[in-house]
Amino acid sequence: MVMSWRYCLPSLADLPKVSRLLFEDVAGTIGSTPLVGLPGLSPNPEVKIWAKLEGQNPTGSVKDRVALEMIARAEASGELTPGRVILEPTSGNTGISLAFVAKRKGYRLVCVMPETASKERTQMIAAFGAEIVYSPGEKGSNGAIELAKQMLESDVAFYMPYQYGNEANPLVHYQATGPEIVSDMPDITHFVAGLGTGGTLTGVGRFLKETKPEVKVIAAEPEQGELVYGLRSLEDGFIPPVFDESVLDGRIKVGAKASIEWTRALASEGVFAGLSSGAVLFVARKLAERTGEGNIVCLFADGGWKYLSTDIWSKQLEEAVEAVEYMPW
Amino acid sequence: MTRMSVEVRIPAVFRAHTAGAKSVTAEGATIGDVLSDVVRSYPELGGQIFTDDDSLHRFVNVYLNDEDVRYLGGLSCEISDGDVLAILPAVAGGLT
Repeated sequence: MVMSWRYCLPSLADLPKVSRLLFEDVAGTIGSTPLVGLPGLSPNPEVKIWAKLEGQNPTGSVKDRVALEMIARAEASGELTPGRVILEPTSGNTGISLAFVAKRKGYRLVCVMPETASKERTQMIAAFGAEIVYSPGEKGSNGAIELAKQMLESDVAFYMPYQYGNEANPLVHYQATGPEIVSDMPDITHFVAGLGTGGTLTGVGRFLKETKPEVKVIAAEPEQGELVYGLRSLEDGFIPPVFDESVLDGRIKVGAKASIEWTRALASEGVFAGLSSGAVLFVARKLAERTGEGNIVCLFADGGWKYLSTDIWSKQLEEAVEAVEYMPW
Repeated sequence: MTRMSVEVRIPAVFRAHTAGAKSVTAEGATIGDVLSDVVRSYPELGGQIFTDDDSLHRFVNVYLNDEDVRYLGGLSCEISDGDVLAILPAVAGGLT
């Protein structure tokens, strides 16, 4: 008989049982995401690639961690009080996570997002009862930040967590995501994550530099289509205040084509992840080719569900690249 | 050190200074040499790429074959034949 599986997969009965999976509130399921091996995707048999699946968080992305922490700290500091309105520039995942947390806690939320954001994102934000204000698509994430700042000045009721400048963003990764990774993979040699706000890389990177300084921390930087950059001059450039570049050992840019190719490869290995995960995997493979032996831990920021409308898994590659040229990913 | 001829990709935001060219060819032994050669041909780019003390502007990222040169030794990093340099402005990234 020919085996239909490439790997020896366990049956459900053989899986280890977690002692307790009872939560008083769905928010309690944030974090403690699984770290899974990608045995078919390493180009070097001496180097294992592992993926921390942040798509397993309740709204499907790593931003659930950040949203919960930002709101909790704002309440504790007295900045966020009942009656105030949360306002945040976001191109998607943070808006969804904030909408989830705001709904659970009874706050009104307004998200400012580029009009090019995918339908899944706007639908999910609406599902959690938040409002959306659109910024010009051609100005990308920078345009959403600019508009949100203008709105903040116009109404004192607004409270803006501002993920790009909120220390709760890297802190939650320093306090939770980093320790989770080292607990599951003490022999980690490299950590790779996508560069967005820089919060994940900064927080996990700081934890690793303090506890395992030999680990290399590498950023995978999505190279967006030129229209997404939307800059009129260099003065429109932006480096998120929470991003501490000193924790990095390297920064590699990845174009849409390679990201789509490797996002598809992930699906063929059973991991349905978002587009930036393909970029992270591309970088991990590059590192694996240069490394004698090791364990490369990738952080996959979200699942693939929010990208279904782009058809990147079914279109011809060139068409798929065009489909994401106008949207941030 | 041998001078190499390499392709330098120019971002849309700077193309007004390169007569619309998406990429230009420049020569040098190091990344700093190559960028200085670009600025000799297109002087208006100088203030966009370099600060007054001749270091890279904070809002400009330069990539050698897709890797940020700040982590490869900076402007003194030597280049090889066939290398590609890309200049990109810093922006708020991805789906945040």
